[in-house]
Amino acid sequence: MAKLPNKKDLLNFELGVGEKPWMDTPTEFKDGMYCHGAKPKTLEIVGMPNTHDWSSSDEDWNLPENWKEIILDGMADRVKKYRSFRLFMDVCVRCGACADKCHFYMGSGDPKNMPVLRAELLRSVYRRYFTTSGKLFGKLAGARDLTEDVLKEWWYYFFQCTECRRCSAFCPYGIDQAEITIMGRELLNLIGLNTEWIAGPVANCYMKGNHVGLEPQTIMGNVEFLMEDLETITGKHIEPSFNRKGAEILFVVPSGDLYAEPGTFTFMGYILLFEQLGLDYTLSTYASEGGNFGFFTSNEMAKRLNAKMYAEAERLGVKWILGGECGHMWRLVNQYMDTWNGPADFLEQPVSPITGTVFENAASTKMVHITEFTADLLYHNKVKLDPSRNDHLVVTYHDSCNTSRAMGLLEEPRFILSKVCNNFHEMPDETIREKTLCCGSGAGLNAGENMELRLRGGYPRADAVRSVKERFGVNTLANICALDRASFPALMDYWVPGTRVMGVHELVGNALVLDGECERTLDLRLEELPNRKKPAEAAPDAAEGAGEPAAGEGGSHV
Amino acid sequence: MKIGIPLLIVVLLAAFAWVGTAYLQWYTLFGIIIPYAAFTLFVMGFVIRLIKWGTSAVPFRIPTTCGQQKSLPWIKQNKLENPSSFGGVVGRMLLEVLCFRSLFRNAKTDKVDDKLAFGSAKWLWLGALVFHWSMLIIVFRHLRLFLEPVPAFIQGIEGLDSILQVGLPLLYITDVLIVGALTFLFIRRVVIPQVRYISLPADFMPLFLLLGVAISGIVMRYGFRIDIVDVKELTMGLATLNPVAPEGIAPILFVHLFLVSALLVYFPWSKLMHAGGIILSPTRNLANNNRAKRHVNPWNYPVDVHTYAEYEAEFGEKMKKVGLPLDAE
Amino acid sequence: MYKGGRIILFAGLFVLLMAVPLLVNLGNATAAPTPNVDTPAINALSEKQCVESTEYMRSSHMQLLDEWRNDVVRDGATDYKSASGQVYEISLDDTCLECHSNREEFCDSCHEYSSVELYCWDCHDLADAKQAN
Repeated sequence: MAKLPNKKDLLNFELGVGEKPWMDTPTEFKDGMYCHGAKPKTLEIVGMPNTHDWSSSDEDWNLPENWKEIILDGMADRVKKYRSFRLFMDVCVRCGACADKCHFYMGSGDPKNMPVLRAELLRSVYRRYFTTSGKLFGKLAGARDLTEDVLKEWWYYFFQCTECRRCSAFCPYGIDQAEITIMGRELLNLIGLNTEWIAGPVANCYMKGNHVGLEPQTIMGNVEFLMEDLETITGKHIEPSFNRKGAEILFVVPSGDLYAEPGTFTFMGYILLFEQLGLDYTLSTYASEGGNFGFFTSNEMAKRLNAKMYAEAERLGVKWILGGECGHMWRLVNQYMDTWNGPADFLEQPVSPITGTVFENAASTKMVHITEFTADLLYHNKVKLDPSRNDHLVVTYHDSCNTSRAMGLLEEPRFILSKVCNNFHEMPDETIREKTLCCGSGAGLNAGENMELRLRGGYPRADAVRSVKERFGVNTLANICALDRASFPALMDYWVPGTRVMGVHELVGNALVLDGECERTLDLRLEELPNRKKPAEAAPDAAEGAGEPAAGEGGSHV
Repeated sequence: MKIGIPLLIVVLLAAFAWVGTAYLQWYTLFGIIIPYAAFTLFVMGFVIRLIKWGTSAVPFRIPTTCGQQKSLPWIKQNKLENPSSFGGVVGRMLLEVLCFRSLFRNAKTDKVDDKLAFGSAKWLWLGALVFHWSMLIIVFRHLRLFLEPVPAFIQGIEGLDSILQVGLPLLYITDVLIVGALTFLFIRRVVIPQVRYISLPADFMPLFLLLGVAISGIVMRYGFRIDIVDVKELTMGLATLNPVAPEGIAPILFVHLFLVSALLVYFPWSKLMHAGGIILSPTRNLANNNRAKRHVNPWNYPVDVHTYAEYEAEFGEKMKKVGLPLDAE
Repeated sequence: MYKGGRIILFAGLFVLLMAVPLLVNLGNATAAPTPNVDTPAINALSEKQCVESTEYMRSSHMQLLDEWRNDVVRDGATDYKSASGQVYEISLDDTCLECHSNREEFCDSCHEYSSVELYCWDCHDLADAKQAN
């Protein structure tokens, strides 16, 4: 990773605008703010069109000769296919309500990161070629020609949007920059202009079943390793099953949970819970990815990757699917999966085998979110918990953008947290629930080479964490998203050192009292649980020391 | 230029109508032909735009959820901000259309040194709400010129609008409010740097047109005090499809009427169509019930996938070694 | 067309709403009213001339009446000097209504047509005026 600028330099900007009109402001490709371009070899694995050698830092992008025609045809096609696209191109009144709602604008001050202006990058071209006024009056009507510079500008800024939909919540017409970014990226992908950080995981997921490219034996090896840790912690030997036909439930997690800390701790939490419940479930090495980088490429690519979940559920003959903690995975399950690859009539309506609760909201898609499942369990007191095991943690909760604004999963994780930990504090109202701020690394931006962009995008969230750290001594950022777990550790180390990043089910795993377990002295991170002897008195001590995190913390991410 | 050109256009339009009637006596043109043409273009244009949007598919159910989803029975769903039924969607849309719910959420983000601060920012919401409601009331009030006898509810609206009983003719509250609100919307567009930066001529054009319409109407009523009976004779002629060439009415009426006509013609082809667009917005008018009720994409097509069989063919040996079951056996 | 029925319904409703004034007025051509000045008092006048010119009265009678009211009630004035120099008594009952004794055909015809409410009769009563005469 390149050397990072210091905080003072990074924050040396104002939430202002440019000196010259935006159309006359050329795009400057700043190091650390963009990802490497996709290599043809990677794109060809999944058969993407017009692949070619290029580099985003080059003057000449080596575009196919008829690139303009391809883009404009692509726009015409999408205008017919997506009402959202046509409508959002037409109805914006530029009221500016969204302008200061984007975390990238808040963290960079670059006016082209105001959602309205990022949309205008595309809208100006739409006007020029698809509206009468734009054809007749050109610039006066806010229209401009599609040139290579415009194309580069698109590439630079559509990969500075995490599709978090915060702007959409504030827009009086619900104009969703995510939709526009999605269309913009689809268009760029027509001429081979993806980022390698997205194209790589897509190819991996297509061929090997998951983004990180874990082959079946590696998955098994990783899980074995995690189970050894669990044995050390609980004294119990657990063997989760994989690719097992006839199980009741197929459990799909984001592959990050199988791969790297702190996601693996969340995975350990799931497994402990299922073990205690005696759940009849299986994982799959083929459908070993809940997330979907295809969605950051094109709708079609997303559908192709998503297809594995239903296909595997059918092959294994399970009754329904349970999904782990992942953000954009759940946007897709909630809003797309059934439409793409359904109807899932080979599955049954999900019913919790423990509580008998029928998940009516999943009647058609037949997939349940793990926090819905667990909240139901805890509501019915089906497991024994010792929340004092999390007393060394002062927790706040980060709503991930997708589960809050493309689903509305707000109370389930909060209910779980209220049962598994004693010290919980919300961040400011303007930064949570439907107004939640993004991690700044979603939608395929969690690469290394664009770290400055991620730091900037993550700054508003980090600033909210800082405020609760100062007020309440918060030292733990709980979340239900694999991208959060992958990206926040680095961002927190930079902005709010000493903040642990933790999946909700890691906290569940810590608090869960298993039948026949040994006395727990270690948490799922194999760190000593403080004050184990007298759990009742542990709380005040932990709260006191909460502001000063243990040494060496924060180094737990990969 | 962004401000100057639309302002110039509106001034020229007004001057054209003044000259056309005061000096050129083109009463039939300004009093009959143009109003009819503008009205027809407005209605047709509006419908064409709706149909055009309608012909674009809605492949996915993509509401922006702004509250708790419907999930477990003991968790309280936010039925208006995250509707799962048609009734909820209607409620959400009514809140958006009548109360500008999303705009009410607005907050201002400030950066103070290295910290961010979120402050209340309801002014845009208030200004927009005052403008739109005033506009609606004014349109209703004008129906007195197109209906004979005038229905009681329109008289009621008018009575309420002039309830302050200030001045003669009585001052309409909405006249003050609409000019105030439009002025506010104009000023914020110029003063707030971000909004000025993103503004296009097409953002000032409707403001000036509307201000021109409002001011010409106000001047006509309170300044020139033109004879309302003559005006109604003209408007009733138009409404009964029995137009009478309206000679002798003061030119200010034709300035007003011509600017209204310009607004009507401009409306369907401009951003003002947000009025119809909001109804069709897929992030607002769809229920968040996609997991319970399947949504069908009309252009869904089969795609290439990497099947399990292909996967097993590639990794079968490795899978066998770690004890994973294989289909091939 | 997704939910095409609803969109067409909405478009239809919009057109209908826009057409309301036209539909309501179908075959209902009304002529503008002409204020009736056929009263005994006016007919008896040699020169049929109000306190000011007809043109002025049409556009500004409300201002004049408002002025008169203030002059009488606040200042106790009783005389009004018109533009032509003639002096009239400031009185709705005794000056205006003496000639225009036909409220329905004179005042109300236009006021109802153009839906302009007036509050003269909140205090003044035409019947009283007639009796006084």
